[in-house]
Amino acid sequence: MASRGPPGARGGMNTRFAQFKLVLLGESAVGKDQFDSYRESTIGAAFLTQTISLDENTTVKFEIWDTAGQERYKSLAPMYYRNANCAVVVYDITQASSLDKAKSWVKELQRQANESIIIALAGNKLDLVSEQPDKRAVSTADAEAYAKEAGLLFFETSAKTAENVRDLFTAIARRLPLDQVGPRHSRPGQRQGVSLNPESPNTNVGGPCAC
Amino acid sequence: MAEDGGKRAHLSPPGPSAGELTHIAHENYSSSQENKIQSHSSKLVTRPNVGDESNDGPPPPLPPRPGVAPSPQAATTKVQSIDVQTLQFPDGSRGTFQTPGARAMSTPVQLAANSGSSTPGRSSTVDADDAMSVMSIVAPTLRPPGDLASLMVSDMSRKSPAWQLLRSQSASVKPFETVRLDVRDSLADFAQEFEPVPGTSEQGGLGDEQRLAVWKSKLKHYMILSSSGKPIYSRHGDLSVVNSFMGVIQTIISFYEGADNPLQGFTAGGTRFVIVTEGPLYFVAISRLGESDAQLRSQLEALYMQILSTLTLPNLTSIFAHRPNTDLQKPLAGTEPLLSSLADSFTRGSPSVLLSALECLKLRKSHRASITSAFLKSHAGGNLLYGMIVAGGRLVSVIRPRQHSLHPSDLQLVFNMLFESGGIRSGEGENWIPICLPAFNNRGYLYMYVSFFDAAENTAPSSTSNSSDAVPEAIPFSPTHPTPQATSSDSIAIILISPSPTSFYDLQSTRNNLVSSLTKGPLLSHIRTSIQSGRPSLTTQISPGTPLSHFLYKSRANVQFCMPSSSPQFDSPLPRRKLMSLYHSLHGAVHARHCHLKVLHSVADDSTSLAWITPTFELYCVAGPNVSRAAMTQGANRIVQWAKREEERLFIIGGGVF
Ligand SMILES: Nc1nc2c(ncn2[C@@H]2O[C@H](COP(=O)(O)OP(=O)(O)OP(=O)(O)O)[C@@H](O)[C@H]2O)c(=O)[nH]1
Ligand SMILES: [Mg+2]
Repeated sequence: MASRGPPGARGGMNTRFAQFKLVLLGESAVGKDQFDSYRESTIGAAFLTQTISLDENTTVKFEIWDTAGQERYKSLAPMYYRNANCAVVVYDITQASSLDKAKSWVKELQRQANESIIIALAGNKLDLVSEQPDKRAVSTADAEAYAKEAGLLFFETSAKTAENVRDLFTAIARRLPLDQVGPRHSRPGQRQGVSLNPESPNTNVGGPCAC
Repeated sequence: MAEDGGKRAHLSPPGPSAGELTHIAHENYSSSQENKIQSHSSKLVTRPNVGDESNDGPPPPLPPRPGVAPSPQAATTKVQSIDVQTLQFPDGSRGTFQTPGARAMSTPVQLAANSGSSTPGRSSTVDADDAMSVMSIVAPTLRPPGDLASLMVSDMSRKSPAWQLLRSQSASVKPFETVRLDVRDSLADFAQEFEPVPGTSEQGGLGDEQRLAVWKSKLKHYMILSSSGKPIYSRHGDLSVVNSFMGVIQTIISFYEGADNPLQGFTAGGTRFVIVTEGPLYFVAISRLGESDAQLRSQLEALYMQILSTLTLPNLTSIFAHRPNTDLQKPLAGTEPLLSSLADSFTRGSPSVLLSALECLKLRKSHRASITSAFLKSHAGGNLLYGMIVAGGRLVSVIRPRQHSLHPSDLQLVFNMLFESGGIRSGEGENWIPICLPAFNNRGYLYMYVSFFDAAENTAPSSTSNSSDAVPEAIPFSPTHPTPQATSSDSIAIILISPSPTSFYDLQSTRNNLVSSLTKGPLLSHIRTSIQSGRPSLTTQISPGTPLSHFLYKSRANVQFCMPSSSPQFDSPLPRRKLMSLYHSLHGAVHARHCHLKVLHSVADDSTSLAWITPTFELYCVAGPNVSRAAMTQGANRIVQWAKREEERLFIIGGGVF
């Protein structure tokens, strides 16, 4: 397992298998964890894999960094999106402020991330407004207009009912360069001989805390 | 954590072996005036009124010492007999009689069984000194310091022959089984202790007064506020309930701060308040569970460590340096579950926290050695600082660089996060967590890689490798994720800690290497087997025929402890809390400041217990109320012999060093 083959698209017979890095960003509690029941706020970041088949011959595997939305982790985000092929920026359609946060993530990604990064905007908790339409705080039209202007894929989703979640990932996969070589596992900045001395600056005073 | 919390687990070979327990002194707590009813064999036995008897005259001689032959090596570490023995009478008078070498002063503690409501002697003055305040709990009169070794009352020999006869029939009564009809059990509400305070009536909850009543019924509160009075955290109740109390507390604390005489604690009714000030933060514990000040203080310290673990000391300091009025709830957002699960583990009673020691999964020495060597071989760089395999909070294997040791208080934070708080999903995915381990270095973050083996035997490393030729099965996205395990007691975590924020992929390879070598051979199933068989049973595996019901054994050199299975007697929260309260009072007594007690035998209405402290180990054991001192002593000796024999299975000695 130590030797990781070069990941990316692979064709054998009539099948294609591609692997991409995806990062989930968004304010805390918008629903980035694909949701089972009540769940505590993410601590740090979680690394998951998800595989979907686009059609009979094409399988796409996502390596997903689910980041924590709490403010204090903000400065760690570049570590996760730096090499990402795609990003899903999530907001909560019942919380207007979460869209503002999403917009600032999009800006940051467009400035700092991989130039070819595919960004999707996901307005989550759709199930809440199907039951009680007055809970909606961000109109579909507004969000869609913004997404168009910024060149983003756009979906309204529910992590609870799974509505549109698969469609969102499929749409991302279709935009990805399936025929080219996929992402490179970059392993930045390793083995620089970091001292383990507890007083060493390498333990990152002020590291992930953005306060 | 507790007084030796700063101590590191050097995981090094233990010191000289301890001797046998030969001399013990004991303490009688059953000075209460109530009549009790003990049920045994459907007979009701009314116990003679101990208090009246003790007025009868001069103290009777101590019963003969138990006839356990001292072993040859006992000479070096043989338990010292207690120096001064004291009788305490209900009218407050005392009798002391001396044995050689008086030098210690005792701190009598009150046993949990009589705690809370039934302590008329409790002082309500403000005590700045731990020892003083503990003393005031039991003794209505202040004792002159320095002349007492132990509060000892010989009880057995004072009983009438008829009583002795009856007692001898009831030796099998288990601890905490005796029924008391006349005293309201202060722990009666313990079952509701962890229920949330309901919401306001607008939210469909209760009215303010009822909510307050629920809030007040809690036996234990923890509150954190800033020195400017801003609430930061409260275990129970939302801010609408707690706000005014925080204000009062802040006023009281700052009054004493202003007078340059910081308030450390006070007692109101049956409730003890303990305050710890750490820089800009006030920590308050409010307890009706009868813990000592030192124990409450170490619990508050642990909450402070959790805050440092989230923020680091420099961040915390700079937040308040810039804006003393800062609301710390925001920078700490998302950490309430960690604080609460920590707080609840104290309220439930945690042997690990009490003893400041870690517990290991019991494994054959050769199995553990193979696991550790597989671990060392898997090491794939990434500036690894600590590597651990942990099963439900019990250490399986540890690897570390030579110059670094583990700090129990740091690991308690890690284990709390992984196994108690539900903050980390077990069973799926990998986690990459910035964390400050304050005992290691409170000034910066480390990065922790965590992944769990599923309980469901899904041991394949999450393949970030596509080297396999099989195209993975496509899983449609669905909302049915594996539910996080309610109890993580059987989940196995691999924890890899590095100071380098970019070492994720190296640590991931380490983990993948380790998983494949554990699953290729029999090693993983050795671990699973041990988890499944649970802690050893005291009566069937450790010491058949023992009169003891439970024990805690701490190896001081290894900073590790072991205990038997709590099943079935102490499985539910209430008996468990009673057991832990008893351990807390034993521990509090033998660790009280200036106390050089080596052995403490205590007899209460509902239990007999024994604490035995040597340079190499601490043993605390509990038996039913009618177990004789001799039987107790013999039981304790057997436990110590067992622990010596099994030492290398029970404890990690040294661990893997790279
Ligand atoms: N009704 C509804 N609730 C949701 C949905 N998605 C998430 N939630 C709820 O929102 C809360 C927060 O969800 P998380 O997935 O933990 O949020 P997050 O974005 O990962 O938050 P951080 O981990 O703090 O960044 C949870 O209690 C979920 O129950 C959804 O689609 N519908
Ligand atoms: Mg999350």
